[in-house]
Amino acid sequence: MTIIEARGLTKIYKTKTGAVHALDGLDLSVPRGTVKSLLGPNGAGKTTAVKVLTTLIKPDRGTAHIDGIDVAAAPKEVRRIIGVAGQYAAVDENLTGFENLEMVGRLYHLGAKTARRRAQELIDQFELTEAGNRPVKGFSGGMRRRIDLAGALVINPKILFLDEPTTGLDPRSRLALWGVIKNLVAEGTTLLLTTQYLEEADQLSDDIAVIDGGRVIAEGTADELKAQIGGHRVVVTLVDEADAGTAVGILARHGEGEAQVSGDGRVVEVPVTDGPRALQYVLADLGEAKIQLHDAGMRRPTLDDVFLKLTGRKAESDDDDDGGAGTGTGSQRVKTELENAK
Amino acid sequence: MTTLTQPDSTSALASTGSSLGQFVSDGWIATRRNLVKIKRVPEILVFTILQPIMFVLLFSQVYGGAMAIDNYTLFLMAGIFAQTVIFGSTFSGAAMAQDLKDGIIDRFRTLPMSPAAVLVGRTNGDLAINSISMLIMMATGWAVGWRVTTSFWGFLGGVAMLLLFSYSFSWVMALLGMSVRSPEIINNASFMILFPLTFISNAFVPIHTMPDILRVIAEWNPVSALVASARQLFGNTYAEFPEPTAWTLQHPFVTVFIGIAVMLLVFVPLAIRKFESISSR
Repeated sequence: MTIIEARGLTKIYKTKTGAVHALDGLDLSVPRGTVKSLLGPNGAGKTTAVKVLTTLIKPDRGTAHIDGIDVAAAPKEVRRIIGVAGQYAAVDENLTGFENLEMVGRLYHLGAKTARRRAQELIDQFELTEAGNRPVKGFSGGMRRRIDLAGALVINPKILFLDEPTTGLDPRSRLALWGVIKNLVAEGTTLLLTTQYLEEADQLSDDIAVIDGGRVIAEGTADELKAQIGGHRVVVTLVDEADAGTAVGILARHGEGEAQVSGDGRVVEVPVTDGPRALQYVLADLGEAKIQLHDAGMRRPTLDDVFLKLTGRKAESDDDDDGGAGTGTGSQRVKTELENAK
Repeated sequence: MTTLTQPDSTSALASTGSSLGQFVSDGWIATRRNLVKIKRVPEILVFTILQPIMFVLLFSQVYGGAMAIDNYTLFLMAGIFAQTVIFGSTFSGAAMAQDLKDGIIDRFRTLPMSPAAVLVGRTNGDLAINSISMLIMMATGWAVGWRVTTSFWGFLGGVAMLLLFSYSFSWVMALLGMSVRSPEIINNASFMILFPLTFISNAFVPIHTMPDILRVIAEWNPVSALVASARQLFGNTYAEFPEPTAWTLQHPFVTVFIGIAVMLLVFVPLAIRKFESISSR
């Protein structure tokens, strides 16, 4: 049964350079008790989608229902049943961890006693004892995130929204947070999560919606998305990047579609149908062309490949901050890709 | 960070109460947050306590002797009160902008609380700051010769009017803070606007000594009406000054209350409406 449902959400922001379609007809449906990831680069519309669903902004067009309640018509009813942790750790720096959580509980109208009990429970569960009795100011980003996430859980919400919950966290804190999220989901919470990290979407969610240009451009389980773009890839790492042109030609001859050059210009790869055989041919031809290799092999497609295929751009990741500086030209490219896929 | 207790059901946790009761409770919780902030942020305490002492002493002792007014301290105090509480109201502007930037407003707006409560709490915070400042200034002023020559009720009325005026102005600043979205701009703009606004008035010098253009501005400046009303209520008036010619200063109380009414009736609804649509970027 669907608990989060959005139809044709559109949000247009007017800027100096013209109108920006932050959302452009976004459809979304999340079954009760499941985890859905909205996956996309910066500016794809993930945060705007979450803000519409959590009553923070009104869409220009389209409708959204949370547990059957119309978000635009009855925001207060929606707010009673959701928990939200936004992109920034929304904690009051001058309050202690405990005071922050107690305040949130009181504003959910839990009553003073219940709010205090619940705040203490969360302090214990999230190992926030250190931050419990001192003002949040001066605590690390990871600690603030945990207080913020605990704030989203004060009422044990039926539906939880987390907007890039692990952005800016160190790997250890990220793993810990994933643990918390997995526990919640095991207890039946419905979760809508946004992320730029493909691994995170893969790890945490039942279902992924890939978002670009304010709409969903692909949807399915991680495996389904990977299946959409076929089998193995052959990857070779060149000793000399001057050989890249020749190598691209050879890989393209034995592969399906374009060969891509990445890394520092020395890594060339191509999707193939029969992995091992293609690899043999590629190596033979490269050897004949006297091209020296550091490395060669096959790999299964990752969600990065899905993203590249769908949007023509690389998805952002931890160690790759060149952002939207990809090769594609946005939605035009996506359309052709999708048409080709049919 | 591992085990989580089985959730109670949401409906069992959340209590329902009357909407007025919830509004009062939400408003108090939001107020308490700002009171804690006064206690824990040293800059606010400096502004609230040390700056008023400094201003009263500097103006009364440094300028007092050079002013062609008998007992300048009596003249000065209503002006210092007005200037300090008006500046105190700018906290709401900077704080709303900061909360918006930090995403705390987003947190509040996803909670089933009264939308006006955050603003009520914030403006109450200014009221607390201004009340403390008023006490400090009155004590300091008394020490250097300031006296109320009317009655207890005149004194109380003057203090209440100054606080009510600044409270209303906090709502104006709160709306500005949410619109401008930058605490730094709000702080700088406040100084750029409020310094002339409070100095081109009768707060520190008698208006009839000013050149014509400034005099007209000062006569129509609501700060002048506020200071004039406070002087009357405290009995700090000077028979030797010429009668005011501008309507605003002939009827300072009416002018002040029109100002307060406009600020409350226009800016309270505007600020609440703004709050219901803002979100961090």
